[in-house]
Amino acid sequence: MAFDEETNEFKVVGTRPDRPDGIDKVTGRARFGADVTAPGMLHAVIIRSPHAHARIVKINTSNAEAAHGVKAVVTRADFADGLDGENWNILENLMAGECALYDGHAVAAIAATSSLAARDAARLVEVEYEVLPHVTDVDDAMQEGAPVIREGAADGSVPAGMHPNVVRCHDSGHGDPEEGFAEADLVIEERFTTEATHQGYIEPHACLGTLGPDGRGELWCCTQGHWNVQKVCAALLDIETSKLRVTASEIGGGFGGKTAVFIEPVALALSRKANRPVKLVMPRADVFRATGPTASTSMDVKIGMKKDGTITGASGVFRCQGGAFPGAPMEFTAMCAFAPYSLKHVRQIGYDVMTNRPKQAAYRAPGSPMAAFAVESVIDELCNRLGLDPIDVRLKNASREGTKASFGPSWDRIGLVETLEAAKEHPHFSAPLPEGAGRGISCGFWFNHAGETAVQLALSEDGTVQLSVGTPDIGGSRASMCMMAAEALGVPYEDVRTTIADTATLGYNEISHGSRVTYASGLATIEAARDTVRKLCKRAADKWGIEAEAVEWRDGCAIPSGPNAGDFDPMPIKEIASRMGQTGGPIVGHFEATPEGAGVSFATHIVDAEVDRETGATTVTRYTVVQDAGKAIHPSYVEGQYQGGAAQGIGWALNEEYIYDDDGRLQNAGFLDYRIPVASDLPMIDTVIVEVPNPGHPYGVRGVGETSICPPLAAIANAVSNAAGVRMQDLPMRPSRILEALKARS
Amino acid sequence: MIHVSTTVNGDAQELLCDPRETLLDALRDRLELTGAKEGCGTGDCGACTVLLNGRPVCSCLVLAAEAEGHEVRTVEGIADGEDLHPLQRKFIEHAALQCGICTPGILVAAKALLERNPDPSETEVRYWLAGNLCRCTGYDKIIRAVLDAAGEMREAT
Repeated sequence: MAFDEETNEFKVVGTRPDRPDGIDKVTGRARFGADVTAPGMLHAVIIRSPHAHARIVKINTSNAEAAHGVKAVVTRADFADGLDGENWNILENLMAGECALYDGHAVAAIAATSSLAARDAARLVEVEYEVLPHVTDVDDAMQEGAPVIREGAADGSVPAGMHPNVVRCHDSGHGDPEEGFAEADLVIEERFTTEATHQGYIEPHACLGTLGPDGRGELWCCTQGHWNVQKVCAALLDIETSKLRVTASEIGGGFGGKTAVFIEPVALALSRKANRPVKLVMPRADVFRATGPTASTSMDVKIGMKKDGTITGASGVFRCQGGAFPGAPMEFTAMCAFAPYSLKHVRQIGYDVMTNRPKQAAYRAPGSPMAAFAVESVIDELCNRLGLDPIDVRLKNASREGTKASFGPSWDRIGLVETLEAAKEHPHFSAPLPEGAGRGISCGFWFNHAGETAVQLALSEDGTVQLSVGTPDIGGSRASMCMMAAEALGVPYEDVRTTIADTATLGYNEISHGSRVTYASGLATIEAARDTVRKLCKRAADKWGIEAEAVEWRDGCAIPSGPNAGDFDPMPIKEIASRMGQTGGPIVGHFEATPEGAGVSFATHIVDAEVDRETGATTVTRYTVVQDAGKAIHPSYVEGQYQGGAAQGIGWALNEEYIYDDDGRLQNAGFLDYRIPVASDLPMIDTVIVEVPNPGHPYGVRGVGETSICPPLAAIANAVSNAAGVRMQDLPMRPSRILEALKARS
Repeated sequence: MIHVSTTVNGDAQELLCDPRETLLDALRDRLELTGAKEGCGTGDCGACTVLLNGRPVCSCLVLAAEAEGHEVRTVEGIADGEDLHPLQRKFIEHAALQCGICTPGILVAAKALLERNPDPSETEVRYWLAGNLCRCTGYDKIIRAVLDAAGEMREAT
């Protein structure tokens, strides 16, 4: 599975063919979560708490049950009892037990013959609440006297004496930062905050589920991981995993937010009760109130630097608010913070803090963008005050192959220096800045992930190829899979069809997360193709009456490996496939494993921004992403990941935030008030693909989806701070904040 | 229920709808034209964009009953038989979609733009499409695809 040094000339990899699902997606034929129906189908709605924290005294569903068209009502009593660990957390989050823990927490659900009938009946569900004190801010939640979200939720990692809302702690590093600070010519320590943001996928969560009285079920849903959905639904409904078949629909964006399970068990519970198929589609306000936000953070970062730019020591405390459940990505935040730099003295501490907010979910490199914002802002300020070039300083301190990482291991072959050098050479970095504009630089890091993966590759009788993978295609990965299969088999790209298999068709596949799909399903595809090639060579060898070892595969044909093997004409894949029924039966290659060696990824971003001093509004005028892809299989979709990550980062840095009022209710649960970037907000986003091969993939692939969102918050904050002449330490940098900062400076 | 007579993608259609039912729901649930998507239901995301008498509208903000006697065109009706509309071809060629959920609304909105302005500037495309949210692409490749399609359509006429 290691990087194949021999494979350095590609025929298909690196080209830009049309994606195989392109026509489906531009004609409206592609079927997403909400696009299917079933005979006798019911429509469901979920009733949600209007309170941030309240004891549920009583739920009276009798009037709703009697309403026109209503076929089933469920509450917590309709789900499995006695769960523990993360399954309990998931159930508690998707249907409240004793308490509603945040504004929008589900308390009951209704299925009726139409969505209008279900909505009408929802008003008839009577819930009696006893309102409890609440807390929604991360720093407030850690203070003495703050309302306790759940007693006993903390694990053994939390130091004694901390508030019960602090539920997990991470502490890592090496050396002694104090010693490092003593060696520095300048030490800066500042506090930074970021607000919770939503992944903002345009497709709301949607599913269609059927569960019969015999415990057998079918589920169609938009998810990043249908095997995980299968496993969670089985646990929460107390049914056997294999009796539920889950099919992943086309997915209208996820970015981590569709790795979690929110509605599928509810639809199945309603279906079981009504014995009819149930469709459940989340309204957008519910998506904001009850799914996905990322953690908000409060972070203290301290860095010491010598006059020559050497970083002598670094430390950080990262407090991550993850809503009413444990799980805020504080260890990732801490571990990513100083990862780009080679440091003798470094320490990072993370805290996972509970509040009365929705359970946070992964959002593209969870934790890393916030950490980079704090760390890279301090480095920028040090560069400014010491009169140093921001790229030279980063190059001077950059992590390289063999460097001991801030969180422990030593780096394998990595491409941070290459991204910094490419950024320095890019015309953007040396372009003159207009009066009043500012430029910002930032590096970013993400681990990347591999995960359990199973792939099957079956030949058709005409020699074309049916590839089945288990990772939902969240951004064009079918094209990359077809390309890697075509490359490994030596067949045309058009001869491969890639299907996202359902849970009954392949072995377990981990979620499409951690930037793992092109790496892990790609690796598995290449290995399955090589398995197929071995079988093809065997068929040719049998026909020629020679040993299988004496046959090679080249350009889609079996050939004798040398003159001693015999003199036979090349035997094309089509010829072998046409006779496979008579020569030993179907030819199917497969691969199942949990690969290791995902290969970390680094990026460097350059941003120019202008700040309107009258309104406080920021315009991003130029943006360049430089990132190591290892090997870009389909460069257009790699560029797309770079551009998309940058755009999401621009939203996070400038506009997007969860706004809670004193009553603990979310104030902006819609796209009008939670404003993601629109076309007129953004410039073109330039991209540079750096390729430092990943030693852990046959073609050198590194995941690219997440690293692209790691540098933007910091790069934009640095550009805005340099434009405004004042350090911006709180995101988002909405106009009011910038005006306040400008006023405070003058 | 209200009886609605309308034309969708050139075909006469007769519908029985709840007075509260949106045009989007009628298209999706009654005519099985699921190309238009509901991203928000409040007219903020543009995923449900269709043409009503040639004008782009958020079909989640139009009642089905309001389509009475009018002509509706959806993403399913912008190709000419097996020939894709130039915008559809250019979106594939430029990799202007990742997940594809916003694509139907953006294609319909862009078609309306090019019918009104065959030679738009980048800024004009950006402002015209400002009501269509895309979370995946950062819009770069979308804008390039629209400008390229506009160029090709100008050459063809």
